[in-house]
Amino acid sequence: MVDQKYAYYAGCSLEGTASEYDASMRAVLKELDVNFREPDDWSCCGSTPAHTVNHVFAAALAARNLALVEKIGLNTIITPCPSCMMAFKKAQYGMTKSESFKNEVNELLDEPYECSVESKSALQVIYEDIGLDAVSRRVTHALPGLKAAPYYGCILNRPPEVAKFDDPENPISMDKILSSAGVEVSDFAFKLECCGAAFGVAKRGMVNQLTYKVLSMALDSGANCIAVACPLCQQNLDLRQGQVNSTMGSGFNIPILYFTQILGLTYGLSPKVLGMEKLIVSADRIIRSRITVEEQKKIKEAEAQANAKKPEKKAVKEETKPEENE
Amino acid sequence: MRVGVFICHCGNNIAGTIDVARVAEETRKLPGVVYATTYMYTCSEPGQEEIQKAIKSENLDRVVVAACSPRMHELTFRRTVAKAGLNRYFFEQANIREHVSWVGEDKESNTGKAIEIVRMAVEKVKQNKPLYSTSFKVNKRVLVIGGGVAGMQAALDCADGGLEVLLVEKSPSVGGMMARLDKTFPTIDCSICILGPKMVDVAQHDKIKLYAYSEIDEIKGYVGNYQIKIRKKATYVDWTKCTGCGTCMEKCPSKNSYDHFNFGVAPTKAINIPFPQAIPKKAKIDPDYCRQFTKGKCGVCAKICPTKAIDYEMQDEIVTEEVGAIIVSTGYSLIDIERLPEYGGGRYPDVITGIQYERILNASGPTSGHIVRPSDHAEPRTVVFVACAGSRDKSIGIPYCSNFCCMYIAKQAILTKDHVPDSQSYVFYMDIRSPGKGYDEFTRRAQEEYGVKYIRGRVSRIYPKGNKMIVKGADTLLGTQVEVEADLVVLGTAVISNSDAGHMAEKLHISYDTFGFYVESHPKLRPVETNTSGVFLAGACQGPKDIPASVGQGSAAASKVQALFSKDMLESDPAVAKVNINTCVGCLKCVKTCPFQAIKEKELRDGRIVADVIETVCAGCGVCTSTCPCGAIQLQHFTDNQLLAEVNAICLM
Repeated sequence: MVDQKYAYYAGCSLEGTASEYDASMRAVLKELDVNFREPDDWSCCGSTPAHTVNHVFAAALAARNLALVEKIGLNTIITPCPSCMMAFKKAQYGMTKSESFKNEVNELLDEPYECSVESKSALQVIYEDIGLDAVSRRVTHALPGLKAAPYYGCILNRPPEVAKFDDPENPISMDKILSSAGVEVSDFAFKLECCGAAFGVAKRGMVNQLTYKVLSMALDSGANCIAVACPLCQQNLDLRQGQVNSTMGSGFNIPILYFTQILGLTYGLSPKVLGMEKLIVSADRIIRSRITVEEQKKIKEAEAQANAKKPEKKAVKEETKPEENE
Repeated sequence: MRVGVFICHCGNNIAGTIDVARVAEETRKLPGVVYATTYMYTCSEPGQEEIQKAIKSENLDRVVVAACSPRMHELTFRRTVAKAGLNRYFFEQANIREHVSWVGEDKESNTGKAIEIVRMAVEKVKQNKPLYSTSFKVNKRVLVIGGGVAGMQAALDCADGGLEVLLVEKSPSVGGMMARLDKTFPTIDCSICILGPKMVDVAQHDKIKLYAYSEIDEIKGYVGNYQIKIRKKATYVDWTKCTGCGTCMEKCPSKNSYDHFNFGVAPTKAINIPFPQAIPKKAKIDPDYCRQFTKGKCGVCAKICPTKAIDYEMQDEIVTEEVGAIIVSTGYSLIDIERLPEYGGGRYPDVITGIQYERILNASGPTSGHIVRPSDHAEPRTVVFVACAGSRDKSIGIPYCSNFCCMYIAKQAILTKDHVPDSQSYVFYMDIRSPGKGYDEFTRRAQEEYGVKYIRGRVSRIYPKGNKMIVKGADTLLGTQVEVEADLVVLGTAVISNSDAGHMAEKLHISYDTFGFYVESHPKLRPVETNTSGVFLAGACQGPKDIPASVGQGSAAASKVQALFSKDMLESDPAVAKVNINTCVGCLKCVKTCPFQAIKEKELRDGRIVADVIETVCAGCGVCTSTCPCGAIQLQHFTDNQLLAEVNAICLM
C-alpha cells in the first residue's frame, strides 16, 4: 500500500521497559503494509543526558544513527519513542540551519552525516503518510465501552519549529487515528500536560502529584483508559499508578495502553502479539470486551429497532418548525 | 562656475568621526570649487548667514552643504540660498552624518568616504539647472476616513473651522470602538454618554457629509486636488425612507446572524440596527444570513416595513468626490483568539476577550449589562483577567505593547466588583503600564479599594474542569506556580492593525510599518503628518492609542489641514518628469508605467503623438525615466546627466 520504504529505530526503551510498544508497533505497521528496515549497529540517541551537557555531542550521537540510515539508502526514519525522535529532529534542525554546527558535529563522526534523513514519530507516519482511510479499512474488531483519553505528552509536537507536526497546543493526530479505528476518544484537556518524565527517580513525590493530575483529569473527561505514544509517559502512568494511589490516597485503576496496542486490538491481533500481559494495570477488561465489527453491527441494529419510534416523532417536529417561522 | 562648499561639524555628530578640515582641504582641489569651509552648526542662524555672506563675497553661483540627511534640512538651505539670490535648485546637500559619521567608527575611512560623497555632490550641483515652481489652486474640502472617535474629532474640528468635510465610515454607524465600550478609564464615565453627543453633532453639522457603510475605492490626484471614488455598499434598505423604527429587526426570522458590533457575544438578526444610539440609525441587511438571499424566499421585512424601504435588488453605488486633503483615522483591530491556542484558541465559551466583556458589561449589550458567562448564563463569582494576551509576544509576531489593556482591565475588574459585590477578580500581568494622568492612581484603586488580586506572571494554560476554567500560571514575585479556578476568563487581546491597512496605505501612497500601522513623518516632531503631503493621521491606525491620545491626534490633524488650507494657492514641486518632444517617439510606455496616471498622450500641431506630463499630478518617482527607450522623458533635478556626473565622480575621478 505504501511504496515508500522506511528505516525503523527502536531505541533502548523499546528493547526493555517498552518492549510491548515495539511489538505492537511492528505488528500494526505490518498490518498497514509499511515496509521498514532497521539500520545495523545503531547506538544511543543521546536522549536527555547528552543535550544537557553538550549540544554538539548530543547532535553527534543522533547523527551517527541518521548517517547509518543514509548509508542504507533511506531518507525517512520511524522513531516510536518521542525522546529519540526529538534528539534526531533537533540534530537535523541544528545541522541544516547552521553549516558551522554541521561541521562541528561531523568532526566527531567517523562518517559524516549529510542531513538527508527526516525523522517521524509513528503517529506522524500513520497520520500523514498512511492516512486515516487506510487505518479504518483494516479494522475488524470493535471495543465497545472503551473510551480512551489520548495523551501525547510534552515533546511529540513541541517545539513547533523543530517538530513540524500537528498543533503544538491542541494536537489531534492520535484522536483522529483512534476514532478512525472506531475507538471512542474523550476531550482530554491534559493531553500535553507533563507526566514528570525522568524525575520519577529523583523526585518521586513531585512525579506522583503530576501523574495524579493526569489520571484524575482523564477520569473527569469520561475516559476509562489512557492511550499513549511515549514509553516514559506510559511508565509514569502505569508503573507508578500504585505509588500514586498509596501517596495520594486515590484508587485509580486505569489501563495505560500504547495507541498501537489499541489499534492492534481493533485489527484483531492477539493480546500476546501486542504484549498486553506486560501492562501493570491490567487491560483484561478491555480485551474481554472485544467483539467483531459484524457483532457490533447486529447489536446496533437491534438497538435502533428498539428505539425506532422516538426519533421519528422528533424528526417530524423539526421539519415543521422553520415553516412556522416564515 | 563658482561652487562653494560648507562642511558642518554638527557638534561632535560629524566632527567626532570625520576630519572635517581635511574634507574641506580636499574639496578645495576640485575643479569649480572656489570656496570650502567648515562650520560648527551650519543649520543655525549664524551658519546660514555665513553661507549667504560667502555667496556675496565669493560671488558663488552654486552651493553644497555637507551635513545631515536632506530629509532634515534640504528645505532650510534651499531657502538660505534663495534669500541670497540664487535659484533654490542650485543647492545640493551631501549626507555625511547618517551615511557616514553615525554608521562608521574609523575616522580615517570615514574621512575618505566623506570626501567622495562631497565630490559627488559638487559634480551634481555643477550640472543643476534652475527650476521654478508653479502654483495651483487648493480644493478646500477634507476627506476623513474612519468615523471612530479620532475621525469624528477631526471632522468636527475641521467643520467648526468652516471647512467642508466628507466623513467615510465602513461600518453602518459612526462611533468606532469607543461606542462599544461600557465605561472609560480613569473616570468611569459612561462611554456612549460622552461619545453620543459627538456622534449627533457629526450627523447634524451642516458642513459634514457622512458616508456610512461606505469604503474608499480609489484615490487619485495630489495635495489640494484629490479625486476620490467612494463605494456606498448595498444595505438593501433605502436609507432615505428608513426611519429606524426597528420593526424589521423584531420580526426577522433569521436569528443567528453574527453580531459584528457585539463581537459575536450573542447572535443578532439578519436585518439589524447595530445599537440604539447608532448614527445614522438605519437598518441594514446582512446577506450572508438573510433568508431572502440564502434561500431565495422570506420577504418578512419587506412586507412589514411601514415605509417600504426594503430593496433586495440594491447594488453598491460608486460616488466621486473631490477634496484637497485627507485625514486617515481607520483605527485598529484585535487579534483573533484562535491565535492563542494555549488559552483554548476559542474552544472554550467562558474564555472571552476584553471587548466582548465590555459588551457584556454594557447596559445596551446582549445581556443588558448583567454579567453572565456565555456557557450557562450563570453569574460568575471568580473572574480572571489575562493581560498581554498576544501583546509583547515575539513568538506570534507582536513584540509591541498594546497600550491600553492594563487600564481597561483595571476598569473591568472594578466594574465586576460593582456588578457582583461578592465576586473576586484576579489579574495576571507582566508589568502594570499606567503612565497617563490619573492612571496609576486608578490601578492602585482597583487593588486597594476593590480588592482585585494582581498576580505578576504569565498564564501558561487555561483548561476546563467541570464547570470551572482552570487558569494555570506563574507568580513570579512569589516564585511559585499558581492555579485559579475561574468562572470566567477575560483575555486582554493584542491590538493589531486592520487587515486591509496595507491596501489602504497603498491607495494613499503612505508608508506603513511591519505591523501594518501607518508611519508618521517624524516620530516626535511630525506625529500626525505623513510623508505624502496632504495626507494626515489620527488615532490608532498609527499605533495602539487610548481615547485621549486619539482625540488629541484628531484635533492635531484637523489643525494641520486648517494650516494647509489657509493658503488659496499651493506651490508645486518642479522636480517632476518632463518630456523632450524632439526625441519622444510616442511609444507611450511611460503612460502605462506611471503609478500616478500623471502622463497622458498629446497630439502636436504636426499630428505627431508624444507623451505629456501633468506637472501637478507627477510625484517625481522616476519610473517613467527608466522605462523610456530613448531617454526623452527626464526627471528634473535628477536627469540622466546629473546622476551620471555623480557616478563619474565616484568611479572615474
